[in-house]
Amino acid sequence: MTLTAPTATRNRGRAPQGLPRLFTPGTADFGAHRAAFGELPHATGLIDEVAAAGLTGRGGAGFPTARKLAAMGTHGIAIANASEGEPLSTKDAALLTYAPHLVLDGLELVGRAVHAKQLVVVVKAAHEDVVRRAVGDRPGGSRIVVRVTEDRYVSGEASAVARVASTGIAKPVDRTVRLTSREFRRPPTLVQNAETLAHIALIGRFGATWFRSLGTTSDPGTRLLTVSGDVGAPGPIEMAGGATVAQILDAADTDPAGIRAVLVGGYHGTWVGPRDFARPLVPRQDGSGIPAGAGSIYALGAGSCGIALTAGIARYLADQSAGQCGPCLNGLPALASALERLRAGNRDPALAGRIQGLAGLVIGRGSCHHPDGTAHMVGSAMDVFAVDVSAHLQGYCTEVHR
Amino acid sequence: MSEAFWALGRGSGVVLLALLTVSVLLGLLTRSGRPIGRLPRFGVTLVHRNVALLSVVFLAVHVLSLLGDPYAQLRLVDLVVPFAGAQSPFWLGLGTLALDLMLAVTITALLRRWIGQRVFRAVHWATYPLWSIALAHGLGQGSDARSTWFLAGAAVAAVCVLSAAIWRTSVGFVEHRRHRLEPVR
Amino acid sequence: MSGVRSTEARSSPRLHIDWTACDGRGLCTELLERRLTRDPWGYPLAVGGSSRNDLVLSEEELPAARDAVALCPRLALSIVTR
Repeated sequence: MTLTAPTATRNRGRAPQGLPRLFTPGTADFGAHRAAFGELPHATGLIDEVAAAGLTGRGGAGFPTARKLAAMGTHGIAIANASEGEPLSTKDAALLTYAPHLVLDGLELVGRAVHAKQLVVVVKAAHEDVVRRAVGDRPGGSRIVVRVTEDRYVSGEASAVARVASTGIAKPVDRTVRLTSREFRRPPTLVQNAETLAHIALIGRFGATWFRSLGTTSDPGTRLLTVSGDVGAPGPIEMAGGATVAQILDAADTDPAGIRAVLVGGYHGTWVGPRDFARPLVPRQDGSGIPAGAGSIYALGAGSCGIALTAGIARYLADQSAGQCGPCLNGLPALASALERLRAGNRDPALAGRIQGLAGLVIGRGSCHHPDGTAHMVGSAMDVFAVDVSAHLQGYCTEVHR
Repeated sequence: MSEAFWALGRGSGVVLLALLTVSVLLGLLTRSGRPIGRLPRFGVTLVHRNVALLSVVFLAVHVLSLLGDPYAQLRLVDLVVPFAGAQSPFWLGLGTLALDLMLAVTITALLRRWIGQRVFRAVHWATYPLWSIALAHGLGQGSDARSTWFLAGAAVAAVCVLSAAIWRTSVGFVEHRRHRLEPVR
Repeated sequence: MSGVRSTEARSSPRLHIDWTACDGRGLCTELLERRLTRDPWGYPLAVGGSSRNDLVLSEEELPAARDAVALCPRLALSIVTR
């Protein structure tokens, strides 16, 4: 099904050909946005079109978007999550600055498709002004509520976003039912990443076939990636889906030969060694590629110690625990301490086992995925930096410590 | 006949005080999350509940038997309104207060799943004044209050509860507290 | 690991721990001692290292699980069926 119902009076705008898509024209001006992309399309058939497009969430989990939309109860709350708590990611900030109306178009479209009674945008304090201005420039924008959340890592978790939208507390909640289902004292809640909504705004106008004209079968469309670390051209970049790590490094003016490892998907992501630089990004872990997560790509230069960096990230993640759940609150600092001992070159032969054990101990034992993501990242680090682990356990390191 | 009611009232009152004391001590042990001897933690919880419920039974016996004794001059209104009694209104009033508190604690405990942990816990703090008021009532109102064995028993109970309460305030009271960070709730 | 869960596991009753309420008091680990042990900080840990939040319960374990739900001092347990 396509959205070419006769609406002769609607100016549909031009479908972007090739790249970039999201940042043509790359403006916060509402008029210019409408001139480039045309009016907001009908929402009828949107969910089917998104399903045909194969769009997956761009917030980290990579869940099939159409499935989430279809599961959403009526008269609920649709939330655009633009809080971007991942320090290695700036793609959503870029969207808010250079294409806020695409995000808001997506939110309005999705709101109509799921018959939401309320639309909310959740942002960090730094972006409150730019979003309020964009909302104010839109016809009927006053019905969109803007909520400011904390600049903490776990504030970006879906249940924390839902909670801050209703009670102002930016911490995850224990759940036995999905957010999209109705619960006692909580309406159905849809949380979508800002970038996901931006893609929906274009799929709604130009269709699934256009969306799939770039990307691969397992990762259709385009993705916003944030490249950082020892790269030539850091920053957000839009690339076709299914790009390999080598292609991404190349697009960021970086020679893969000079890179020790890459952290794909943010602080909860996966460390990848040169052996796997030819593997493509995929939305979710399915064995065929590297999970893209929130789309951040951090490159560790050759000669840098991955253990040192991993220990630093683990300590940051431990500090970012919401502090509500015992295993996370206690387990993550213990894990970080063990990694710090490893970084310092502690010769305890049981240390590697202790690190793996602590990582395994916290998985699934919290009300959100913060401990799971941390454990996953640490596990991949111990694997990719195995050589450095051995060196550290013998008390030395040949690399530079950051 | 009224002699029998009177005796039953006195006797059940003494037993009630003993049961309440044991219940408070078991409650503190429950809160500490520790087992005792061969009794596992869930056993401590169950015994605490059962002793508490048994004390409710003895409270009913105590009150009903005194209602049936004309010498006590206890009216139904004295069961809920404190300090309005015909005879020694103050000490009787303490008993009424204790009964009212006992009702609140018992009902909230039985309905814990429905009213939630927070409300249950808030009302449960009343067990401290409940026990203290019940003891005072027994010492002031009770006919055995002048006897040595009763005073000795009351002293022992007071020492036990006081020591346990002091233990309650110590850092290592709850199992594992010394070795972990506590969640913010 | 994401993937398809067996239909049996989906419809079986599962013990759900509300980690924001759990205080690691350990009553559940006594009542379900073959399924739950305690981590170094006292919090319940699935025996056999199940990395999923909810513990699938067998028919024989249900009574003990219900006791655990009723006796948990923090009301942190529930039995969910989906």
